[in-house]
Amino acid sequence: MAIQVVMPRLSDTMEEGKILRWLKKEGDRVEGGDILAEVQTDKADIEMEAFGSGILRKVLVREGESARVGHLIGVIAEEDEDISALLAAPEEPGMRLASPAVASPQVAVPPIVQPAAGRRIKASPLARRMAREQGFDLSVVAGSGPGGRVIRRDLAALAEAAAGGPRVASVLPERSVPEPRVAVAAVPLSVEFEERELSSMRKAIAKRVSQSMASAPHFYLTVEVAMEKAMELRESIQAQVSDLKVTFTDMIVKAAALALVRHPAINASFMGDRIRFYSQVHIGIAVALEDGLITPVLRECDRKSLAQIARDAGSLIERARSQKLKPEEYTGGTFTISNLGMFEIEEFTAIINPPEAAILAVGSIQAKPVVVDGQIRTGHRMRMTLSCDHRAVDGATGAKFLQEVKRLLEHPLHLVL
Amino acid sequence: MPVMTYREALNQALREEMRRDPGVFLMGEDVGVYQGAYKVSQGLLEEFGPKRVIDTPISEGGFTGVGIGAAMVGLRPVVEMMTFNFALVAIDQIVNHAAKILYMSGGQYNVPMVIRGPGGPAHQLAAQHSQSMESYFYHVPGLKVVRPGTPKDAKGLLKSSIRDSDPVIFIESELLYGTKGEVPEGEYTIPLGLAEVKREGNDVTIVAYSKMLLLALEVAEDLEKEGISVEVVDPRTLRPLDTGTIIESVRKTNRAVVMESGAGFAGIGSEIGTIISEQAFDYLDAPVERVTSANAPMPYAKNLERAKQPTKERVMKAVKKVLAVS
Repeated sequence: MAIQVVMPRLSDTMEEGKILRWLKKEGDRVEGGDILAEVQTDKADIEMEAFGSGILRKVLVREGESARVGHLIGVIAEEDEDISALLAAPEEPGMRLASPAVASPQVAVPPIVQPAAGRRIKASPLARRMAREQGFDLSVVAGSGPGGRVIRRDLAALAEAAAGGPRVASVLPERSVPEPRVAVAAVPLSVEFEERELSSMRKAIAKRVSQSMASAPHFYLTVEVAMEKAMELRESIQAQVSDLKVTFTDMIVKAAALALVRHPAINASFMGDRIRFYSQVHIGIAVALEDGLITPVLRECDRKSLAQIARDAGSLIERARSQKLKPEEYTGGTFTISNLGMFEIEEFTAIINPPEAAILAVGSIQAKPVVVDGQIRTGHRMRMTLSCDHRAVDGATGAKFLQEVKRLLEHPLHLVL
Repeated sequence: MPVMTYREALNQALREEMRRDPGVFLMGEDVGVYQGAYKVSQGLLEEFGPKRVIDTPISEGGFTGVGIGAAMVGLRPVVEMMTFNFALVAIDQIVNHAAKILYMSGGQYNVPMVIRGPGGPAHQLAAQHSQSMESYFYHVPGLKVVRPGTPKDAKGLLKSSIRDSDPVIFIESELLYGTKGEVPEGEYTIPLGLAEVKREGNDVTIVAYSKMLLLALEVAEDLEKEGISVEVVDPRTLRPLDTGTIIESVRKTNRAVVMESGAGFAGIGSEIGTIISEQAFDYLDAPVERVTSANAPMPYAKNLERAKQPTKERVMKAVKKVLAVS
């Protein structure tokens, strides 16, 4: 039985994949489960399996080339099977065959029905162009047009929310005006530059952060944490449990996990017409990569010991850095922590990872003069900033959660009991 | 500015052109002694005499052919069809001769004639006498097709059509002859192939001509009260079509509704819809809607005649559909 090998959707936001390497070539026999190729997606490099056995009769997309999700990239069949039909009609999942016919009063025309839509996004050409230009992800915009079609006014609302950001005069005021012809002043001296095409990761990051800032109204809460006891505890662990490496991030993950259990309003997502409260705590840790960043997710942190968290985090971060994460390892988070302390950053505000409701930005631990019991001492203080999606989380809610994280870090035995 | 009827405007155009150029003459059934079946040629026989206002027998094929021959040797005939439905009797002359002689003669013979008359539905003229004939002609290479909707456009465009060196199909409308409008004093012409924005708006573009233009303007007035701003574009000339004006409008409003009084299938709405999707695809917020007559011969019964044609309600529904409002 001939099988079409199509580019799989390996992550929620993936739209196309690049074939890095074919591990099988035309004419090779493959068994179901064999790895056919390595594919680069917007997040990581994934191994693509064969879903059936036979001869890899045709390879349609070569190494280095890209194909959109759902497109035909190869055919597996027996030696003698006729595969011309499969090759002739590559189809995207859920592709519209025809618009439903408009029946005139007299003549009965059999209606041509759309096949049940796969993951095709319905949007007007204008809306698609606006989304492209503004960096919005259409798949998360609710469409108010016929059949849920995303139309101009659905994006206009988003754009208004995003106004004030670093955007140029947009083409979408409610009363749309023909694109203003912008007179560009002649630059007397030319500026040298080098241009680089966007990698899939860069594109994905750009889309997500734009969409996050545009749709989630962010507010920010900062606390300063006295880290002396946490530092002592960490040193004790280093000394007594030599094969375990615990970082401050690990401790903050544990503290956050415990605090999220006690403040479930933060462990949530705004879903448009409702709020989803997650019953598990999966915390993503932002990891810097050469050309971007990725957020591996530590699952069920509330149920793991600090040691387990440290071990899991260590392994995930290593794999993140070598771009070997599987999709289930970087999706499905309910909260994110980003630590720039190792770069001497004292404090910063992070952009929420949609569809989460908050993100915690951690700065460096600083030695500074502090007042304790009326005396000036040397303190070791760390500033953390919580960004919250105000649609789901209010100031006091966020504040109480952050206070809890601070309390746990300042009484760190809670993290190991 | 003087106000006159569409009929008077046409009469003035004929008179002025016949005074200006002795080669211009009028032929058709009842154009002379009877003063014109619809009184468009009133008084012309008296002023210009029987050599320039010629009553013909009922023989469209014959007198259209005579007109073509006259045009080829340098005269400028205006051939009247009592209603444009009768042009079907002369269609071989129009399509195979008038349209093609310039090409087939290698450019030796122009055919500077105007074939004019009322077209489209009137009141209970029934199946054979109510057809919107432009669709037979705008498809033919070599013909120009004009359908003016207002007295000012009728006069200016008829003058230009008479002066044009190609065969022009000039379709008026029984239902428009009595309508009144402002017509500039003095000499003026309106070029062929130029559309006009009859009403400015921001939310949606309606393309409409001839009788449908008036319906579109009424609908636009009503929708204004509901807060919908409608831009109405009148193509005036259907071939050559002023696509530039239409596209500019759609780029501004992002939605288009095209009206035609014909039966719709492969009508001007489909041509304009395709042009819009070719040239303004990324500006469209909804597919182009067409409002046309139903796909049936025109009934005789008054209520069925009404049911076949576009109505205010159907136009409003189309506008609201492209706006995705209820």
